Amino acid sequence: MPGEASDNFLMGYIRFAHFAAAYIFAVGLLGRVYWAFVGNHHAKQIFRLPITNPQWWSEVFFELRWYLFLEKTPKKYVGHNPMAQLMMFFFFTILAVGMLFTGFALYSEGAGLGSWQDTLFGWVIPALGGSMQVHNLHRLGMWIMMTFVLVHVYAAIREDIMSRQSLISTMISGWRMFKD
Amino acid sequence: MLCVAVPYVATKPTGDIPVTETFYEVLRRQGITRRSFLKFCSLTATSLGLGSAAAPRIAHALETKARTPVIWLHGLECTCCSESFIRSAHPLTKDVVLSMLSLDYDDTLMAAAGHQAEAIIEEVKKKYKGNYIVAVEGNPPLNEDGMFCIHGGRPFVEVLKETCADAKAIISWGACASYGCVQAAKPNPTRATPVHKVITGKPIINVPGCPPIAEVMTGVVTYMLTFDRIPELDRQGRPKMFYGQRIHDKCYRRGHFDAGQFAEAWDDEGSRKGHCLYKMGCKGPTTYNACSSMRWNGGVSWPVQSGHGCIGCSEEGFWDKGSFYDRVTDIKQFGVEANADTIGKAAAGTVGAAIAAHAAVSALARARNSTSHGQPEKEGEK
Ligand code: HEM
Ligand code: SF4
Ligand code: SF4
Repeated sequence: MPGEASDNFLMGYIRFAHFAAAYIFAVGLLGRVYWAFVGNHHAKQIFRLPITNPQWWSEVFFELRWYLFLEKTPKKYVGHNPMAQLMMFFFFTILAVGMLFTGFALYSEGAGLGSWQDTLFGWVIPALGGSMQVHNLHRLGMWIMMTFVLVHVYAAIREDIMSRQSLISTMISGWRMFKD
Repeated sequence: MLCVAVPYVATKPTGDIPVTETFYEVLRRQGITRRSFLKFCSLTATSLGLGSAAAPRIAHALETKARTPVIWLHGLECTCCSESFIRSAHPLTKDVVLSMLSLDYDDTLMAAAGHQAEAIIEEVKKKYKGNYIVAVEGNPPLNEDGMFCIHGGRPFVEVLKETCADAKAIISWGACASYGCVQAAKPNPTRATPVHKVITGKPIINVPGCPPIAEVMTGVVTYMLTFDRIPELDRQGRPKMFYGQRIHDKCYRRGHFDAGQFAEAWDDEGSRKGHCLYKMGCKGPTTYNACSSMRWNGGVSWPVQSGHGCIGCSEEGFWDKGSFYDRVTDIKQFGVEANADTIGKAAAGTVGAAIAAHAAVSALARARNSTSHGQPEKEGEK
């Protein structure tokens, strides 16, 4: 980046874009939590795993076998299939909350002692072993999220084609189409 | 920054020995003139960020208040905190604060030695029960019953516990006393342990740094002695007035950081132009200390100004947090030496390859199904 510092603001813009996206992400996540309370039972799926239900577990393993080409016929679900629900719970819900907490903790360092970010999230920094560690974990979270996106997009497209039910159009229309 | 202080219960000196000598009397006895004394009061008021109106209040406090003794203990350490302290930039501050301190116990600085010296601790403990301050430099090692650090013939941890038992407050000097520092770095063979993990139930002020800045040290001591209370502390027990912000927040190279102008080698153009040292591993964005605002050696310079990144010496466990020359450092919690980027790239690469393979097999399976059974719709009926 040549020229005077006063003529450039590259990192400033990158950080601004990140923080703007982060606030939208946070508000969106809060909205999603609200929806889990007022929406139907599908809306609660990614927040609550029926881990005490043996039937659900057997269906998780059924899905696993389906992905390993060990089952010939997929099961059809109106909501998430149990395997997808499990994945979404860990790699979306937990991860998103983790990114939110570490992200706002990092943000509180700039916002300063006594800011609301510090009051709400400042404790995260000593709890995770210091500022450097929070940066590293926040960064690791990004990689986990990117890896999950790969799997998630692939699985959605594949299921749309292979399991004879709509997935991608469902995201927009809200209707699940069964093709047989 | 204006400081709101947390008062702690001030205990009246007990026993039959009247404690009448004030700080002012002590200073005069040590040969400090009234003029110097008043200058010191103004200087202290300013360095604590309290404004000039506080100077007469400080003077009044020192003239009327009975002197609070300070016992300065040395555990497992390199004495860099003392070295820093006695080099406090302003000779006045140094003289005055040292006069306040040297009366009591500091085995490195005091004239007395041997039994005579050790007797002083006992005397202060008795005479000023509940009303003296213990400043600890270094830390106690706990392995082998504390035998790795012997003080006057006994394990340091015992001396520390005994001395702190009747103290009003404790100051943990430097990274050693606050966090453990290099002797506590993995694998920590002597089990060097920070003071606040050994002493409980007392107000403890952490003043981290390796060493802390001299003016920060004298500032903390003066604040406690003059106002008879501890400065306001943050979550990690550090005085907010000196550790409230990161190096990065006040760094004069911050403009280059925001502009995206970085040094990328020690001798490149950016380095010569004084660009931000982030890419050279500067830990300023993750380090709380006053270096970028107060600087070192009376404001002469500080690490970033001399062209080297901050190494994070005032952060907990900074020896174990990976290279001083990387920003993305190893994540030790997983027990492997790998950083977020190597883990992430490996994971994304493996998963990407697995997806490609899986997609190929899926396509194959689908193709085989549709050729052998005609319509794939039939699948469901089998
Ligand atoms: C959900 C996805 C998110 C991703 C993928 C993400 C990614 C990242 C990455 C890669 C970094 C650089 C880490 C480093 O220093 O090595 C970073 C820094 C940061 N993130 Fe996030 N982040 C996310 C969410 C958030 C949220 C919700 C906040 C809250 C405000 C946030 C606040 C920050 C802050 C303050 C920094 C430090 C910036 C600096 O040091 O200049 N992030 N983020
Ligand atoms: S040199 Fe270090 S402290 Fe200064 S702006 Fe760059 S990263 Fe921050
Ligand atoms: S700049 Fe960083 S490493 Fe250097 S003395 Fe200050 S806190 Fe310690």
